[in-house]
Amino acid sequence: MGISNDGSSGIDFRMSQIHINDFRDHFPILHQEVNGRPLIYFDNAATTQKPRAVIDAIQHYYLWDNANIHRGAHTLAHRSTLNYEAARTAVQEFIHAAHVEEIIFTSGTTDAINLVASTWGRKNLQSGDEIIIPVSEHHSNIVPWQMIAEERGAIIRVLPILEDGTWDLDAFSELLNERTKLVACNHISNALGTVNPVAHVIRLAHEAGAIVLVDGAQSVAHETIDVQQMDCDFFCFSAHKMYGPTGAGVLYGKRALLEEMPPYRGGGEMIRSVSFQGTTYNDLPFKFEAGTPHIEGVIGMGEAIRFMQSVGVQHMHEEEQNLLAHCTHQLQMIDGLRIYGTAAQKSAVISFTVEGVHHYDLGTLLDQQGIAVRTGHHCTEPLWNHFQIQGTTRASFAPYNTLQEVDLFVHALQKSINMLR
Amino acid sequence: MTIEERQQEIIEEFEMYPEWMQRYEYIIELGKDCPVIDLQFKTDEYLIKGCQSRVWMHARKDDQGRMRFSADSDAIITKGLAALVVRVLDESTPEEILHANLHFIQDIGLNQHLSPTRSNGLASMIQRIKMEALAFSANHS
Repeated sequence: MGISNDGSSGIDFRMSQIHINDFRDHFPILHQEVNGRPLIYFDNAATTQKPRAVIDAIQHYYLWDNANIHRGAHTLAHRSTLNYEAARTAVQEFIHAAHVEEIIFTSGTTDAINLVASTWGRKNLQSGDEIIIPVSEHHSNIVPWQMIAEERGAIIRVLPILEDGTWDLDAFSELLNERTKLVACNHISNALGTVNPVAHVIRLAHEAGAIVLVDGAQSVAHETIDVQQMDCDFFCFSAHKMYGPTGAGVLYGKRALLEEMPPYRGGGEMIRSVSFQGTTYNDLPFKFEAGTPHIEGVIGMGEAIRFMQSVGVQHMHEEEQNLLAHCTHQLQMIDGLRIYGTAAQKSAVISFTVEGVHHYDLGTLLDQQGIAVRTGHHCTEPLWNHFQIQGTTRASFAPYNTLQEVDLFVHALQKSINMLR
Repeated sequence: MTIEERQQEIIEEFEMYPEWMQRYEYIIELGKDCPVIDLQFKTDEYLIKGCQSRVWMHARKDDQGRMRFSADSDAIITKGLAALVVRVLDESTPEEILHANLHFIQDIGLNQHLSPTRSNGLASMIQRIKMEALAFSANHS
């Protein structure tokens, strides 16, 4: 599965094409029963399952290649460094970044956003500066900005949304002014599935002299990402939502911005030389990668990218859209069910409430029937305050899900509702 | 009836329902029947906020020095489970509650609802009951 044992580079880049119809066969975890029923995993927006190739790559690393990366003179250190840096190149190509040093490895999206808030934010935000954040953001793209805004005396302006879950673009134009320094927004809403017009907002923000950080956690596995075409200044995502392991992620930043930013954490790896008279820092990307990184996580992410490329992100996207359309159609026929997030452009996420039924009860009864969905506020409390509800039940799809699973889910949902009403 | 006897009684009741579906139907019925908390206590002061569902719980001590509880939840399964907790602990002395070993939820196979992340508020409700018992017991002595 894309792994060679010859010790040269460790990973075979010539992974053969995987047909979308065979996608499911690559995920061992799906072939199990939960509460006596075949597992139906509809919690993909929280984390995706891992293909055999990724699991094998991580195992291979520990069986054959484990050594600390960079500056080692021995063969294993050379091998693990090559594989780690190959993952960086894979990420660069995958998101179409101009330069490989624009790819900073982090522990995930949250870590990447905190990095930018702590370094760019601390250096550039002044008292009275403004940050625009949509009301539909994940907490991890709100709280780091609240923390740095409080420290620097900056002000957060909340971008409202329309009834269908799309951004209120008229309000955006009104919020944008010469004090706006940053727009922090997601590409796809984790709670609503809305695919947001980031390129449009980025263009307007740049005209006003502001930069834009895009949280790509929900888009990187579902859309073809081209950061140069999008023209975002920062783009953040996590490996575990794109078939890779937890604890690894990426901060992409435009080189000029990254070079201007002070380091994030101090330690080994991020320095050029250290003395008690003064320390100089390493070049990009190492300036932001203090300490021994999550080596096997990054290597696993590289393998996840190769896996997705061998399937084709476009094929995966089409499969997900079929599931979304089929499920949306079926759910609309359930009495008292309301879908939140009804934009024309949606990712494979369906958030809904059922009149007179609590989401915790639904989630519990669905779990008893082998179906994994997410219930609650999905780390977007301001969004649900806007809609004046406590939370939703959320089903989110990956290409290993099937139309038959959607039918079973809808049937189980109807059964649960009947029990609860 | 002691706390332990009431727990045994519930465990026996659930043994009549081997299927998960029947068990949950029973809990849902309990949730529907559970006397709702007095509206004056369904306020933020008595709210135990969970990530998933919310629980309201009121505790008082009656003339005989026994603790009396009423509870409510916005989720019906949580409410049914809260009703079971109330049934086991209601009319006990603070000392009995402090020394109680609550094992029936585990024994009837519903331990998942006592997640330590306080996701549904039930674990926090039990913790709150113990704290109330401690407070009443301290006031008494």
